Amino acid sequence: MNRSLIISSVLHILLIMITAMSLPFLARKPIDLPPIVSVELIQITDKTNIPFAPKAKKIIEKIKEKEKKLVSEQAPPKKVKKIKPDSVPMPDDKVKKVEKIKEDKQNPEKIDNEVKQVSEFEKKELFDPNNIAALIDKSKVESSETVNKTDKITQDQQKNIENVGLSLSEEDALKAQIFGCWSIPLGLPYNENLLVRIKLQLNPDGTVSKSEILDHARMNKPGQGFYKVLAESALRAVKLCQPLRVPTTGYERWKELQLNFDAREMLEG
Amino acid sequence: MIRILILFLVVILPTKSLALIEVDITRGNLNPLPIAVSPLSIDEKSRLNFNKILNKKDIGSEISLIVEKNLKTSGLFNPLNKDAFLQEPDIANLKPRFEDWSLIKAQALITGKVNFVDEKLRVEFRLWDVLAGKEIMALAFTTVPNNWRRVGHIITDKVYERLTGEKGYFDTRIIYVAEEGPKTRRIKKLAIMDQDGANNKFLTLGNELVLTPRFNPTSQMVTYLSYFRNLPRVYLLDIETGMQEVVGDFPGMTFAPRFSPNGKKIIMSFAKDGNSDIYTMDLENRIVEKITNHPSIDTSPSYSPDGKYICFNSDRSGYQQIYIMKSDGSNVKRISFGRGLYGTPVWSPRGDLIAFTKLHKGKFYIGVMRTDGSGERLLTENFYQEAPSWSPNGRVLIFYRETETNDKGEGFSAKLWSIDLTGYNERLVNTTTDASDPSWSSLLSN
Repeated sequence: MNRSLIISSVLHILLIMITAMSLPFLARKPIDLPPIVSVELIQITDKTNIPFAPKAKKIIEKIKEKEKKLVSEQAPPKKVKKIKPDSVPMPDDKVKKVEKIKEDKQNPEKIDNEVKQVSEFEKKELFDPNNIAALIDKSKVESSETVNKTDKITQDQQKNIENVGLSLSEEDALKAQIFGCWSIPLGLPYNENLLVRIKLQLNPDGTVSKSEILDHARMNKPGQGFYKVLAESALRAVKLCQPLRVPTTGYERWKELQLNFDAREMLEG
Repeated sequence: MIRILILFLVVILPTKSLALIEVDITRGNLNPLPIAVSPLSIDEKSRLNFNKILNKKDIGSEISLIVEKNLKTSGLFNPLNKDAFLQEPDIANLKPRFEDWSLIKAQALITGKVNFVDEKLRVEFRLWDVLAGKEIMALAFTTVPNNWRRVGHIITDKVYERLTGEKGYFDTRIIYVAEEGPKTRRIKKLAIMDQDGANNKFLTLGNELVLTPRFNPTSQMVTYLSYFRNLPRVYLLDIETGMQEVVGDFPGMTFAPRFSPNGKKIIMSFAKDGNSDIYTMDLENRIVEKITNHPSIDTSPSYSPDGKYICFNSDRSGYQQIYIMKSDGSNVKRISFGRGLYGTPVWSPRGDLIAFTKLHKGKFYIGVMRTDGSGERLLTENFYQEAPSWSPNGRVLIFYRETETNDKGEGFSAKLWSIDLTGYNERLVNTTTDASDPSWSSLLSN
């Protein structure tokens, strides 16, 4: 009896030990939950038209600050287009340029080389009698021109923001409005090229002063019945949606809009 | 170099700044188009004349009601309540006040007038785009007064075509098998009616079992199957004259005779020596030609609209599936590969889709697929339903559905239903009796 009890106890203990060793979750530490991170919801309108990455923007700002220190107050802004760039430089180019300027300041000969690249004709145009001191100190001229360039670039960026078009959220708002107004004629075939382009002239309040179908000639061609139906439905949608949900500012950039109505995705299902 | 640069800046940059903003609109709503159907105006003299002939107090309102009902059943239009109309019909027909109609959210407006001219019915109607504020269609019809319902259907077809871009299907008829009596002893007659259920007429007396009536392309003739002394016969029936002729006696099981697109042939399947294959018969010389030659069961043939291809169902793969082949029987190709059994394929009049019945896990489905078998869509599911037939514009399917009976065999009924390609607009088609095996005619006014 005692022997059986001992054997049983030993086997039970053995079993418990095997179980404890083979089930790792028993020894697992409690899960470390990551700390809660709050999420702030923001309007993305102002963020969606940034032409350069935030990192590049920071670099540009830093450069601007540094350049301000280099600029002589006597050096007036120069005509940027005379100076050189083939086009608006990218942020990386600007960084390189600024680095170059720093070197130039330490090595005036290099500045001479830069000037030699400019034609005599240009030199005359660059001459400013009010800026003789700056001309004498060529390093300052170069610096001031660079700053002007940088400033000009920044202004161009600003223009780009204004001219590039609608931001994603502005476009989404407009799309959502027109989606609701556009009753798609369900009888249209999904496999035909039915794209209706309508050019709109808008008033500042979003009402439509003029609407024009860009492929108007197609409307009256024989065998284009489906196109005509789609074009008319698109025009109805525009009229029904008035006033359009356009941005409250920047009228110049959206006073003319082109809407491309394409029902294939919906008709195909 | 600098000059070029200056030129570049002067010319290109302003262009860029004036670049037109483009917005792609790829979605819209699928809501029915709100449309106002103003009653057709009628002068007092004409009204009295029509009342005398047709026993209708206001034929103008009656016609507009038909138009309104047709548009509603299409599922693509939402006819607005007449109580909300602000303008009288007679004035609206001359010059609608678009502000009044847009106020009640109408996007399109139908107006018109009816006159009694030389013992005939003359209808003028106009379709207006309310938002654009312009007339987009104006037509007039003259017919005998008894055709007043058809005038309503024709107006609907014209409006439908103008606003959707495809032909309508309202001035059409449906031929079907009218059924009466208990399930075990059904009396089946051939019947015909307008697509909205009006003008129902029985074409046979019910002495013989009739099955699968099908219109010819002109919708003047019908071919159907009837059992005479328990032998299947294929008949041709002229609807207008009522003249009937036997095309031929066929041994064994015979199924679903159907016209070729030019109406010169009948295609069907029948069993010969215990094997069911597809055959055509030339209606002029009555020569029968075997199209398929396979030990499997091939049935339910249907031509493509151009007559170059035939779709049919066959169990040659072990299960009943849909196949297509050239009209001479060559190039047989299986197109259905889904689970379940596929049958009764019917080629769309538009040529782009094939409708079918599918049996899967004890349920019956009506569905469509493209002619290469892709894009299968099941439109409706039920206990038992089959035999889809296309509307002439290839947008709507009509089929029949049977109800489940209880243990005592009670509660059985068979009704016609229609469903459009969206699968959302499913409607019961009114018939005076139980009904099965419907077939849709082509447009009568063409």
